[in-house]
Amino acid sequence: MSIAAMLLLVVSFTNAQSSDVKAEAILSDYFSLKDALIGDDTKKSAQEGSKLVASLKAFDASSYSKENQEELADIIEDATEHAEHISESAIDHQREHFKTLSKDIADLVSITGTKSTLYEQFCPMYDKGSAWLSTSKEVKNPYYGSKMLKCGKVQKTIQ
Amino acid sequence: MRIVKIIVLVLLVAFVGIQFIPTTRNQSDSVPSTDFMLVNDVPETIQKKLQVSCYDCHSNNTQYPWYNKIQPAAWFLEDHIKEGKDELNFNEWDSLSSRRKASKLRSIVKQIESGEMPLDSYTLIHTDAKFSEAEAEEMINFITQLKDNL
Repeated sequence: MSIAAMLLLVVSFTNAQSSDVKAEAILSDYFSLKDALIGDDTKKSAQEGSKLVASLKAFDASSYSKENQEELADIIEDATEHAEHISESAIDHQREHFKTLSKDIADLVSITGTKSTLYEQFCPMYDKGSAWLSTSKEVKNPYYGSKMLKCGKVQKTIQ
Repeated sequence: MRIVKIIVLVLLVAFVGIQFIPTTRNQSDSVPSTDFMLVNDVPETIQKKLQVSCYDCHSNNTQYPWYNKIQPAAWFLEDHIKEGKDELNFNEWDSLSSRRKASKLRSIVKQIESGEMPLDSYTLIHTDAKFSEAEAEEMINFITQLKDNL
């Protein structure tokens, strides 16, 4: 094995270590929720909303700086409320709350970071313009689902 | 006929019985310094509308209707007030972070736009709590402006 390859291995190992497992769990539930909304599936979205409530509540900010801890607590509280609403609402309401939730999750990631590449996508039509996060470059719109699946564009890549 | 008499009697006893079960009353003499109206520059018409249409369930002080002490109505009211305050308490407005305020303001606009708030069960008796189209527009504009200036 060449030195370069070994170095790469070490680097990727430290990266993996520094990623926050509980933040990754939140992201994973957020993406499942996004996919359920893309599929116009209210029931599934509600279930994913409940799962997200649980992973948000399990988040542990103690390893972050004091300032970030405050910010994270604020984000988690807000996001939890939106996820709770999503777990008990009809699809229109779920999408309304998903908009603010997406802002919360984007702010969360800006502090915690993530091991995967994320794409912030934007639909100019829904509620005067709304963003969301995705792990794929391809646009699938969670605010409109099958009605306007392709509406939107990638506006930012988060690495 | 006898059975009907017994049923009526049982219901009557139950009705009288439940009157003795206490409920928590949502009343307070003081308005805390964190109140929405105190920390924001709220026009008088908006203040009045908020007071009449929202504050009964979204503050620490309810103007109770005449039937408020009769069960099971009292339970129904207690439940709604508790739920309303959990969601949003205008008296505690300034204790929220900017992020939380923005979320709440957005929800207020959505709830009024969709006509979900005030609740139909509330406006049924409090007819003055209903929003006319002009009142809804005025409120939504004000709340939106507040949100944009956060």
